Amino acid sequence: MNEIMQVITSNDFLYNVFGGFTHFGWQAAVMLIIGGVLIYLGVAKDYEPLLLVPIGFGCILANLPLTELIHVPREGYVFNDSIRELLAASGLLPLAEGARVVNEGILDVLYNAGIANELFPCLLFIGIGAMTDFGPLLQNPRILLLGGAGQFGIFLTLILALAIGYEKLEAICIAIIGACDGPTSIFITSMFNPALLGPISVAAYSYMSLVPIIQPPVMKLCTSKKEREMIMSYEMLQPVTQRTKLLFPIVVTIVTLLIAPSGGALMGTLMFGNFLRECGAVGRLVQAAENEIASITTLFLGLTVGSTMNGDVFLTAKTLGIFALGFIAICGDTAFGVFGAKLMNLFSKVKINPLIGAAGISAFPMSARVVHKVGNEANPQSYLLMHAMGVNTGGQIGSVLTASVMIAVIGALQTMGVDLTIN
Amino acid sequence: MANVNAPMAGKLLSIDVKAGDKVKKNDPVATLEAMKMQIKVFAPADGTVAEIKAEAGANIDPSVVIMTLE
Repeated sequence: MNEIMQVITSNDFLYNVFGGFTHFGWQAAVMLIIGGVLIYLGVAKDYEPLLLVPIGFGCILANLPLTELIHVPREGYVFNDSIRELLAASGLLPLAEGARVVNEGILDVLYNAGIANELFPCLLFIGIGAMTDFGPLLQNPRILLLGGAGQFGIFLTLILALAIGYEKLEAICIAIIGACDGPTSIFITSMFNPALLGPISVAAYSYMSLVPIIQPPVMKLCTSKKEREMIMSYEMLQPVTQRTKLLFPIVVTIVTLLIAPSGGALMGTLMFGNFLRECGAVGRLVQAAENEIASITTLFLGLTVGSTMNGDVFLTAKTLGIFALGFIAICGDTAFGVFGAKLMNLFSKVKINPLIGAAGISAFPMSARVVHKVGNEANPQSYLLMHAMGVNTGGQIGSVLTASVMIAVIGALQTMGVDLTIN
Repeated sequence: MANVNAPMAGKLLSIDVKAGDKVKKNDPVATLEAMKMQIKVFAPADGTVAEIKAEAGANIDPSVVIMTLE
């Protein structure tokens, strides 16, 4: 009895019983605040609440000490039931130095099920495909080029990130924020550098929600008042036939995947979702894809991504740099899109309002709405919305295609033995 | 005499003037919804609303005359 009393009153005992408090460091405190801010932005300010709320909550969960819900960075742990442990036990494989053998937490399960293998972003893409009407794009196919012009911001950021000393694969993950496309950013990052998943996805989603604030000043800076006032009519646009809409996803899938086979997961799911929509025979599947599946995936994706925001990983100068570069990427995309449209005007008879070039990013349909607003402010008789929608869907295809090409190029470099590893 | 056509395809949410109202160029005269966004339709010229030709709730496109001005 005496012995037990002695143990209970000892410091070690209290330390262990109240482990939640004693292991609570300043990083955890900062991360809880960040999680709280994300939730606040989602709930009170309505900035992408569907994503920021689960991300914020996941971040809070993961940073409360000793919960063992998820283990990041992944390299630091060996999972109890994993095959690696069996191999290690039989002396076939040394455990990574300093790695701790742990049981899988529930968020580990979600991480392995959908983030590590990039499944969740792809499920989301089926929903996005099912929600997207490529009609405005098909009515005026040449504006697809603007969806490509917008992607130059990605390459600009890539060069900048390399110049200031980010590792090659890190730089690619950061640059892809410029696509303004959450699922694509998560896909690329989990493929090439899962350690940056937290900062990159939070940067991507924050900037997506800030598109209405970031884009207009850049658009105004790149155009004259006269250019912004230009009216684009809808008379030249012929309605597209259902057959065209039906063939479009199939043709895009085949052509783009022949160019960049490794983009199959992204492009394949996006176009599959769109085909479900346009074929008209599977209403229930379209409903499920754009509602239930998209909602469930968003929930799990947000929670899991948020829980990778471990204080030790997140609170570094790198994260700040990622946010700064992501900002440059989006401004760059906007400017390149506008100048792309001006360039197009030099060569074509039917002029377009250069503002619609700014919609060549993937933030859909937000960016198109921003373009409409800016145009409408300059000239109340100008209604750019549907033209901008066309460019916006082009931007969606453009960012997926850019990501696919990047995967293909990196894959080829790696196969040829070029060193891209992170030191 | 000027026709106010729908500027683009969408659903006509409301008509914000009535026959006999005087309007100036660029005054809002109707509200349209497209891609979950509400868009004001602005008068193309000064004038008086002569006749309302479309009904709120209808799906319209650029060939539809919403109202006439004179």
